[in-house]
Amino acid sequence: MTSPLEQKKIKITGPSVVTANRTWDGIVVYRTVAQGWSAELADAAIVRTSDDARTLLAESVADDVGAVGAYIAPVEVEDGGEIRPGNLREQIRSAGVTIGLPVQA
Amino acid sequence: MYAYDELDRTLIHERVSEFRDQVKRRLSGELTEDEFKMLRLQNGVYLQLHAYMFRVAIPYGTLSSRQLRQLAHVARRYDRGYGHFTTRQNIQFNWIKLAELPDALADLAEVGIHAMQTSGNNTRNVTSDQWAGVAPGEIEDPRIWSEILRQYTTLHPEFSFLPRKFKFAITASAHDRAAIKVHDIGLRLHRNEQGETGFEVLVGGGLGRTPFIGKSIRPFVHGRDLLSYVEAIMRVYNQYGRRDNIYKARIKILVHELGIERFAQEVEEEWQQIRDGALKLDDAVVEEIRSRFTYPAYEKLAHMPDELRKAAHDPHFEAWRRNSVFPHKVTGYAIVTLSLKPVGGPPGDATADQMDALADLADKYSFGEIRVGHEQNLALPHVARRDLPVLWKALDKIGLATPNVNLVSDIIACPGLDYCSLANARSIPIAQELTRRFANHDTANLIGRLHINISGCINACGHHHVGHIGILGVEKNGEEFYQITIGGRADENAEVGTLIGPAVPYAEVADVIEDIVEAYLALRARPDELFVDTVKRLGVEPFRERVYATR
Repeated sequence: MTSPLEQKKIKITGPSVVTANRTWDGIVVYRTVAQGWSAELADAAIVRTSDDARTLLAESVADDVGAVGAYIAPVEVEDGGEIRPGNLREQIRSAGVTIGLPVQA
Repeated sequence: MYAYDELDRTLIHERVSEFRDQVKRRLSGELTEDEFKMLRLQNGVYLQLHAYMFRVAIPYGTLSSRQLRQLAHVARRYDRGYGHFTTRQNIQFNWIKLAELPDALADLAEVGIHAMQTSGNNTRNVTSDQWAGVAPGEIEDPRIWSEILRQYTTLHPEFSFLPRKFKFAITASAHDRAAIKVHDIGLRLHRNEQGETGFEVLVGGGLGRTPFIGKSIRPFVHGRDLLSYVEAIMRVYNQYGRRDNIYKARIKILVHELGIERFAQEVEEEWQQIRDGALKLDDAVVEEIRSRFTYPAYEKLAHMPDELRKAAHDPHFEAWRRNSVFPHKVTGYAIVTLSLKPVGGPPGDATADQMDALADLADKYSFGEIRVGHEQNLALPHVARRDLPVLWKALDKIGLATPNVNLVSDIIACPGLDYCSLANARSIPIAQELTRRFANHDTANLIGRLHINISGCINACGHHHVGHIGILGVEKNGEEFYQITIGGRADENAEVGTLIGPAVPYAEVADVIEDIVEAYLALRARPDELFVDTVKRLGVEPFRERVYATR
């Protein structure tokens, strides 16, 4: 899972979202259609063209106080509209670590 | 333990106030992330996959029980109840909130702990032998010189914006437990033919995407000249080190490209200009720092007390004692290593409850002192041998008596893709599976000393290059694959391991490691020939054949 933190050229080949970490606490968030941030992937704005991805990313990066490190991440959209992370890195960011934590919440 | 003076205490508290203001301005939008990033990194704050990660400095791996309790408090109050001890003898908290970080730092400052220079392009936490001051045969306590370097490098204006990060390690023992040959500057304290104490200076060692073993630049530098010589090296690096390419910015690349002779010549010219200046250490300064280290008032005790003789009948105790108890410079005492590698556990993690309980045990049995080793284990450095049986029972109750120190399941691993934003692949689940495969202590003892190191990317935080078996996570078409190297080592005979063949998928890694170990057991000349010595004798080919013959 090559780190996407230094995305330079933006070219998407399938449905994508913009994700980042919320500034005050660092949790994973997704850019929404309402130009806000949500901790739920289901709320994410989906883009399907590189131009739309560029626009969504630019708007997300401009909200520097709300979230940091915004980048475009691939997703899969099921027939029923359910959104799933498009790679292992994003699965882990979305669902949490793949190991049991030493102290259970 | 080293007792901070008023200057240190003031510095730490001022730093908390400064960072509190920076965080406040960041959260209000007064500072952008671009402006804030360098400031947070200089206070050990990274942004990882799920949250901010907070790296706290433990200079030369020495902690007091009071400090350990405060780390437990931070884990419980601001994080998720645990911390992760790292290969730089630091501790990391994985789930901390930026808004709460100033409070966490303030709480740590109360016990003299900070996070300065645990990140950024400056000199990082000076590491040393976790047995410093107690190891038999040691020249002298290397922490005195580590502390001198800590004071010299902390907030050094000339070296706060180096081309890249810069790491020191110091050892004063013949057997190198501090991995000095894979550091930017490695210092080996020894005596010359005249009986004077000084340092062999190694330079340009390092791991990452371009591993190098450090080269000896000067066989003997007197203690009084240590700072001026180190400054000369860093000035040459600061001037000529590359800033145009992050992957070529470490001093190891400069030393490699210039050649050690040319680099040494540049350093020599610089040194001759400054060696008799303000950096010359007079004996009084060294003695002042030495005097601020306190040492236990050891009792005169028997080497083989009755308590130990009786406990020897318990095979579980004996298994632990043989594995985790090491000789001490004082008769009647021992160094006890505490494995943070339980079967199925993440390497290097300790819960807040474990930290609190261990702090109590340190007070009771180790003069209130705890050490952190770069192998991601802890140690109690001053345990009376008569107390070993009762200490073992107490450690066992809190899960800190796994008798696998230096064995195949004592794995060094970075956080990997479960936590780290740079990682390509997971490290921890691989380590967990391997600890399960090699959970049988009889089998592990039969195999003998074998270090497995795992990194989730080429940045090599798990030091895979110098593992007897190194495992490096890479990505291939979106899938996790792992390259396997063998024959690496991080001690006084440090070597970079050799790749045995094509990367293998996640699901096959544990099988491959089992194959390598089985090949070793079949190939070793004697039961006491270590894995790494068998590889040295035979090369990688027999292992390659074994692993890839059926794959």
